[in-house]
Amino acid sequence: MANVISDETIEYVGILAKLALSDEEREQAKKDMGKMLDYIDKLGELDTTGIEPMSHVFPVQNVFREDVVTNGDLCEQTLRNAPGEKDNMFIVPMTV
Amino acid sequence: MDILSYGAVELSAAIKEGKVTAMQAMETVLAKIEEKESEINAYITVDKESALAAAKAAQQKIDAGVLTGALAGVPVAIKDNLCTEGMLTTCASKILGNFVPTFSAEAVVNLEKAGAVVIGKTNMDEFAMGSTTETSAFGETKNPWNLEHVPGGSSGGSAAAVASNECFFALGSDTGGSIRQPASFCGVVGLKPTYGTVSRYGLIAYGSSLDQIGPLTKNVPDCAAVLEVLATHDTKDSTSVKCSDTDFTSALVEDVAGMKIGIPRDYFGTGLDTEVKEAVLAAAKVLEEKGAMVEEFDLSLVEYAIPTYYTIAAAEASSNLERFDGVKYGYRSPEFDGLHNMYKKTRSEGFGAEVKRRIMLGSFVLSSGYYDAYYLKALKVKAMIKKAFDDAFAKYDIILGPVAPTTAPKLGESLSDPLKMYLGDIYTISVNLAGLPGISVPCGKDSKGLPIGLQLIADSFQEKKLIQAAYTYERQRGAFRMEY
Amino acid sequence: MSLQSTKQYETVIGLEVHVELATKTKIFCGCSTAFGGAPNTHTCPVCTGMPGTLPVLNKQVVNYALAVGLATNCEITQYCKFDRKNYFYPDNPQNYQISQLYLPICRNGHVEIETSEGKRTVGIHEIHMEEDAGKLIHDEWEDCSLVDYNRSGVPLIEIVSEPDMRSAEEVIAYLEKLRMTIQYLGASDCKLNEGSMRADVNLSVREVGAAEFGTRTEMKNLNSFKSITHAIENERERQIDLLESGQQVIQETRRWDDNKEYSYAMRSKEDAQDYRYFPDPDLVPVYISDEWISGTKNSLPEFREEKMARYKKEFDIPEYDIGIITDTKHMADLFEETVAICHEPKKVSNWLMGETLRLLKEKSMDAEDIRFSPANLAKLIALVDSKAINSSVAKEVFEVMFEKDIDPQQYVEEKGLKTVNDEGALRKTITDVINANPQSVEDYRNGKEKAIGFLVGQTMKAMKGKADPGMVNRILKELL
Repeated sequence: MANVISDETIEYVGILAKLALSDEEREQAKKDMGKMLDYIDKLGELDTTGIEPMSHVFPVQNVFREDVVTNGDLCEQTLRNAPGEKDNMFIVPMTV
Repeated sequence: MDILSYGAVELSAAIKEGKVTAMQAMETVLAKIEEKESEINAYITVDKESALAAAKAAQQKIDAGVLTGALAGVPVAIKDNLCTEGMLTTCASKILGNFVPTFSAEAVVNLEKAGAVVIGKTNMDEFAMGSTTETSAFGETKNPWNLEHVPGGSSGGSAAAVASNECFFALGSDTGGSIRQPASFCGVVGLKPTYGTVSRYGLIAYGSSLDQIGPLTKNVPDCAAVLEVLATHDTKDSTSVKCSDTDFTSALVEDVAGMKIGIPRDYFGTGLDTEVKEAVLAAAKVLEEKGAMVEEFDLSLVEYAIPTYYTIAAAEASSNLERFDGVKYGYRSPEFDGLHNMYKKTRSEGFGAEVKRRIMLGSFVLSSGYYDAYYLKALKVKAMIKKAFDDAFAKYDIILGPVAPTTAPKLGESLSDPLKMYLGDIYTISVNLAGLPGISVPCGKDSKGLPIGLQLIADSFQEKKLIQAAYTYERQRGAFRMEY
Repeated sequence: MSLQSTKQYETVIGLEVHVELATKTKIFCGCSTAFGGAPNTHTCPVCTGMPGTLPVLNKQVVNYALAVGLATNCEITQYCKFDRKNYFYPDNPQNYQISQLYLPICRNGHVEIETSEGKRTVGIHEIHMEEDAGKLIHDEWEDCSLVDYNRSGVPLIEIVSEPDMRSAEEVIAYLEKLRMTIQYLGASDCKLNEGSMRADVNLSVREVGAAEFGTRTEMKNLNSFKSITHAIENERERQIDLLESGQQVIQETRRWDDNKEYSYAMRSKEDAQDYRYFPDPDLVPVYISDEWISGTKNSLPEFREEKMARYKKEFDIPEYDIGIITDTKHMADLFEETVAICHEPKKVSNWLMGETLRLLKEKSMDAEDIRFSPANLAKLIALVDSKAINSSVAKEVFEVMFEKDIDPQQYVEEKGLKTVNDEGALRKTITDVINANPQSVEDYRNGKEKAIGFLVGQTMKAMKGKADPGMVNRILKELL
C-alpha cells in the first residue's frame, strides 16, 4: 500500500469533518482511506497538462434572480424541526 | 383484469375510462404492500391515510375533467432522499430519522400536479451512498426476484417496489448508477436523464454535480410519460436547463433503422460476467436485426472513471453533509460537552459507516495541500472523459453496453470490501461524469433467474433517441415479468 | 509602558473590509434583508440550510460588486465563480459559506487617500462576493447560545487591501474613502456600528528599512474607528514587545475586546483553519460582458471630488459648506434636489449647515438618517420668502419636519401659524401691549432705543409668534 495514513492524519480529518472515530473505526478508516487513495493515484497515470478542470459539464452561465422579496415570515417553518428552540431561535451549546 | 398488471399509463387510462378508480388502485397497492413488505422492506414510510385521501382527491379532479394527464390517479413511490412536505424524509439515515420537510421537491410537485398520488417513501442506501441498499439505517431491502439477493442501490427500494408491484412507478436518484443499476438488478426500466433536465430542488444532495432524479417504471412507455412530467425548467435550481424538446412520448416509435449504435470494447473486458455479456450482446443483435448499424469501438479512459467519480462525489458529499450537525433539524446526540463535541457526537452517532468513509475521504482530498493533486486532477480527468464521449457521439447515436458486471449479488457479500463494491459501478459512473442520459432495460435472466439489464447511453439531451431505441428493443423482447 | 530599545519599527497594515450590500433581498433567496425584525422571521429553507435547497444568485449583488470594483479602479474578472468555504459554526447554517476564492469578481485596484502626511495610494488586492452569517445571542442564564438566521445570506462584498498602510491615520483615511465611495454608489450605507461595514486588521511590524514583512496577525471585532485606532496601537505595541524580548509573533487571528481594550487569540484545536475551498457545484459561473461593464461604468455617479469642483463653479456658497454638504451623497442629493425646485442654493445650504447639522448632532444621527424631502424643504423656504411665516416659526416648523417629514405648508395652515397680516388686529394688540407696559414706553420715549425690543417681544408673545416682526416694529414706532 503506497498511501499510509497516519493517526495524525485521521485525527486531523476527523476535526475537519467533525467525526469522532472509535479505535476500531480509526484503524479501519486508515486502511480504507489508504486503499482508496492508492486507487485514486491511478489518475496520476494520465497526462492532464493543458486540460481545463471541468466543474460543470455544460457551459451554462448567468443564472440570476431579480432582487424582489418573495418570502414572507416563515419563522414557524424554519423552527419546525429544531432539536432545541427558545424565543424563536435555535439552541446550541454556549459558543463563547 | 388484475389492476396490478397495468402499467402506469395503462392504469391512468383505465381510471379515465371508469374501469377502475384511483382509490381502488391505491387500495390494491396498499394491500400488496401489506402482503410483501415483511419480506421485501422496499418502503421506509407508507402513509395509508394520506395516500387514500390524495387518491380520492385525484379521482374527483379526474371526474371533474381537471386532471387529464397520462399519470392522473396513478400511485407512485418516492425515494426517501426527495423532500415531501409533511412526510418523513430520512435519506435512510439516523441523522434525519425525524425530519419532516416543509416543502416538496420540484419533481414531486410536478408529479402531484400531473395527478400522480404519493404512496410513501422508499428505502435506499444511506444518503444514496452504496450500490446495494444495505447501508440503510432502516434495514436492507431484498430483491423481489430472490430474497437472498440485494436489489441494487442506491434506489433499491424504488426498484424493488416497482418489481414487486408495490407501486405503479417510482422516483429514484442517480449519482453514479443509482437508478440504472437497481433497475437492472430488479428487472425494471430505469432512466437517468441528462444533468439539468430534472430540477434537483428538494433532492437531498450527495454529489451535486452528478445527482439527477429519474423514473423507475414497469416499461419504456411509462418511463417516457414520467420523464415528460419531470422535465421542467425550475428557477429554484441554477443548474436546471430549459429543454425545448420534452415530448418524450412522441419518441415511442418502434424503429431503429439507420440508427448508429456503438459498443465500447472496453465495457466487455475482464470482470464482466459471461451470462451478462451474452444477454447484452444478444440485445444488440435484436436492434441490429431491426435495422440499426451496430459496431464495436474503443471508448477509452473507462478504468479512470471510478477513481475520478469517488474523488468528486466524496468531496462534494463531505461539504453537502456538513449541514447535518444537530442544530437545525434531525438527530442531536443526547449528551455532549460543548459545541464541537456536540457536532462530533451527533455526526458520529447519526451517520453510518459508508457515509463516514466517504465524508472522511472527501474532506481529505479537499484539505490543504491535496486539493490540486486529487480534486483538481479529478476535474481534469472528468473533462477528458467528457471529451471521449463527445468523440463517440460524433459517430454514434447510442452507446450500448451492460449496466453492471454481474447480476444482483447476495446480501452481505458487497459491504466487506468497499473497493470491490465501487468497481461494480464501472459501466454507469462515467455517464454521470459526462452528464449524459442513460437507460436500463431488462434483457434477460441469468441461470439463477436474476434479471440482467441492458444499458443504452445517448448524447446530452438526446433522451428521445434513448427512448426510441429502448422502446424498439422492449417491443422485440416482449413481456418481462416476475412470476408470482 | 513597555521597555523598548532604540530600534525604530514600522507598522505594516492591510485591511479586509466586509460591506453589506443594500439589496432588498438576500444573495441566494427571496428573503428580505431589512435590519431588525423578530428572530428568524426573515428566513426560508434556503438561508437556513434545509436539506434539498439550492442557491440562486441575486443579480443586483453582481451589479453592486461590479460598481464598487470599477469605482476603486479594479480589473474585472469577466468569468467569475463561487466557491464553498467549509467550516463548522452554528451561525453558518450549511457549515459552509458561499464565497469566492479562485476567481473573485475584482482584482488589482487602488484608491487615493489623503492624510496629514499627504496623498498616497492604497492597493486593493481583490473584491469578492459572499454571504453573511446569522447572529448568535448568548444566554448566560441558561448557559447556551441562540441562533437567529435573519442575517444569514445577506450579501457582502469583502474588499481586501494590499499591505500598503503604515498608521492608524492611514487606515481611517482608507476606510473613510471606501465608505464615501460605496455610499455614493448607493451600494451600502456602510455603518460600522450596525455592522454593515466591518474591518479586520492584518498587522505586522518590522524594523525600518527591512525588506521582508514581519509575521502578521489578524484582528477581528472592530466596530468603530475608535476601536480600530486603539486595536492598531495596542497590537503594534504587543508585537514590538514580543520582538524586543526575543520572542516571535505567531500568525493567528485575535479578537479585540472593546471594553477591556485588549485582544486575545481565537485559535483552538477544533478550528483547523483549513477551509477546503472548491467550486460550488450548485451555482453556475457569472460572465460579465464588455457591455455589462461599460453600462455600469457609464452609470457610475459623480463622486465627491468632481461634485465639489462643480459646486464651486455652479453655486455661490462657501467652500467649507461644500465640503460638509458633499460629505455624504444623501446630503448632496438633498441639496441638489431642493435647489432644483427652489433655485436658492444659499438658503438651502443655510438650512442644511445650520438647523440640520444642529439637529443631527443633538439627536446623534447620521446624514443618511435625514428623513425630510427636498420638496418639503423647498416649500419651507418659499413660506419664509413670501413672509407667510417668520424665521422663528420657520425653525419650529423645520424641527417638526425633521422629525416627521410633514408638508410645511399644510402644517402651517392646520396649526394656524401664518403670520397675521391683518393690520387692524395687530394695531389692537400693540395698543394693548403699550397700555400694559407704561415703564418700557417711558424708557423708549426717554431715548432708550432698546426698550422697543421688549415691546416687540411682548407683541410677538401676544400674537403667539405669528406676526411679521418688521410690521410690528413699524406700527410700534408709529404709535409711540
